[in-house]
Amino acid sequence: MRHLLDTRTLSREHAIRILDVAEDMADTQEREVKKLPTLRGRTIVNLFFEDSTRTRISFEAAAKRLSADLINFSAKGSSVSKGESLQDTAQTLEAMGADAVVVRHGASGAPRTLASSGWIDAGVVNAGDGTHEHPTQALLDAFTMRRRRYGADSRGRDLAGHRVTIVGDVLHSRVARSNVWLLDALGAEVTLVAPPTLVPQDVTRWPAKIVFDLDEAIADGPEALMMLRIQTERMTGSFFPNEREYARLWGLDPVRFRALPADTIVMHPGPMNRGLEICAEAADSTRATVLEQVANGVSVRMAVLYLLLAGEHAGSDDKEIR
Amino acid sequence: MNEAILIRSAAIEGGDTADILIEDGRIAEVGTGLSRSGARTIDANGLVALPGLVDLHVHLREPGFEASETVLTGSRAAAAGGFGAVFAMPNTNPVADTAGVVEQELALGEAAGYATVQPIGAVTVGQQGERLAELGAMARSKARVRVFSDDGSCVWDPLLMRRALEYVKSFGGVIAQHAQDPRLTEGAQMNEGVVSSELGLAGWPAVAEESIIARDVLLAEHVGSRLHVCHLSTAGSVDLIRWAKKRGIDVTAEVTPHHLLLTEELVRGYDARFKVNPPLRREEDVLAVREGLADGTINIVATDHAPHPAETKATEWAGAAHGMVGLESALRIVHQTMVETGLLGWPDVARVMSTTPARIGGLAGHGTPIAAGQPAELTLYDPSAGGAFSETDLAGRSTNSPFFGRTLPGSVRWTIHRGYATLADGELVDLEGARA
Repeated sequence: MRHLLDTRTLSREHAIRILDVAEDMADTQEREVKKLPTLRGRTIVNLFFEDSTRTRISFEAAAKRLSADLINFSAKGSSVSKGESLQDTAQTLEAMGADAVVVRHGASGAPRTLASSGWIDAGVVNAGDGTHEHPTQALLDAFTMRRRRYGADSRGRDLAGHRVTIVGDVLHSRVARSNVWLLDALGAEVTLVAPPTLVPQDVTRWPAKIVFDLDEAIADGPEALMMLRIQTERMTGSFFPNEREYARLWGLDPVRFRALPADTIVMHPGPMNRGLEICAEAADSTRATVLEQVANGVSVRMAVLYLLLAGEHAGSDDKEIR
Repeated sequence: MNEAILIRSAAIEGGDTADILIEDGRIAEVGTGLSRSGARTIDANGLVALPGLVDLHVHLREPGFEASETVLTGSRAAAAGGFGAVFAMPNTNPVADTAGVVEQELALGEAAGYATVQPIGAVTVGQQGERLAELGAMARSKARVRVFSDDGSCVWDPLLMRRALEYVKSFGGVIAQHAQDPRLTEGAQMNEGVVSSELGLAGWPAVAEESIIARDVLLAEHVGSRLHVCHLSTAGSVDLIRWAKKRGIDVTAEVTPHHLLLTEELVRGYDARFKVNPPLRREEDVLAVREGLADGTINIVATDHAPHPAETKATEWAGAAHGMVGLESALRIVHQTMVETGLLGWPDVARVMSTTPARIGGLAGHGTPIAAGQPAELTLYDPSAGGAFSETDLAGRSTNSPFFGRTLPGSVRWTIHRGYATLADGELVDLEGARA
């Protein structure tokens, strides 16, 4: 794997390969000593132009457990805030010896620009770009669903026939986009639920069903219900009247939660707005996978970094692995 | 520079071949078997002679943004593309909203000598959309401004637009509107639709262009004024203009070469060379604007030549500048999209790229027929040539062309401006050297 920029172009086989390697990584995390020597001597840069403590520390944990050297580069307070370009920042980091760059950027497509511009040789992992994609989040979500469904027998399997309902601000959600493509590649059936103002303008070619009524979607009894975070800046953009109405119509309140089939899992990429898109009863129930998603995130990111830097497509670099 | 030029065996607007004799800045004679002792002879066998091209919409960036382009470098790009006249948009710094600035631009163009540089005046002070600029002073200045535009910004306030349309009637002016509803396009990055939904880029919906055009044609009808619509880009806009013309409204419209060829699919790689305003649209829109140009709904092709330094494009999409250079490629794109497809003949190309833009802009001495006694503004084009478009085809200061690597037909061989060559057998003439 040269880069991981999106799930739009990820094949079923490739996705299953990443999820299977993530299973191996998860197994190693059951051991007393969690650290592996695999990426010793390799340098990974966390290049974050946008604050995201959760994603950053997840990649950080993944890199450290693979014994890679990790540099955290936060754009805030750095030369970027003084107007340094993406090109100069990336090239500076590569000059310091970065083998892989994990990039979070507020602009859609910035990781692709970094990977295709010829500015750097390092592999690029998209850790969330604007309102485009967040591929490792979708991979960890799929990993979580697969584990909940198949347990120890997950390896090699896809999510054929798995019905997944994603609720919330699809328009601005990179998590939703990455999930739609990946879940489709894995054979799952996706339903998106949102106020019409928060559905992208033309989703006719998306492999997903669109519904506006959450109760209708819940009555369908999906295997997984994923609640998206509603950003505070949407409150003022006339996307919906106010947060009370949003919670009333599109929030997972106790009544809706209890209406779900007993084995439906409740997912959330975090951080949660309790009482807005998700009630405490749902968030704290055993059917909620929020913390599992966090733990699985480390395994999935270990798998991605491993495949990027030590995987079968890393070519001549293989001999350096000890 | 006032040597006599004898052009031998050119296909006049792609039709019958004839010789063209140029003397003292005018076409002295058009006919067969012409001779003139001492004349510089151009063998135009196989070349199409067109009236010198006129571009109603370019950005020359001077004063204020000389890192992107200057009047000199931009008019060199014009000559390389076969243009003898360009209309320069006013979004400079300072904005061309006073007689002083437009006269300065005019003078810079005259000093450069590669093309007539006709300034366009701003409609509102500083292009801020708040109050009218001194339109009358610009019209009465040496620059004789007839076209006014806040291009880059839309004159959004309907009352201000109405007043502007009315006011310019006193000197035969026209308002060239950049039709873009600002509220519907806040933060817009690309055409809104299938691709923007997938790429997570903020959408620039067709309705933001069409709603302004609809309003403006109705305003023009109401006050009996003349309206020009800049860089129309959607199928819906074509329908609106068609409807307005049928109704007898005095409206003209332009389309850019890039909107005749490129679609939003190119945005998928997030390569900011394809970022432009209005954005690249759908295949259906491309076909609709071609059809509109073919049936006369769209009157002219104008490039919206918009130079930007490399660093403003080599960046993440959202941070990149809007715009493409287009002077050097325009005729070849029109050849490919309109002539090779059979939608236009060469006389039509002469009409949409020379005669009509000169008429809309009220520019004398350009867009005139290839006939004895007319100003010697000519373009000689080799339709049988062609090849991959590359940076070496550009002559301006910036290289933000979306056409690199594309195989384009044709080659502009000669540009004759005011009786002298500015482009000679595909090479720009060193006018400064010639004057020295």
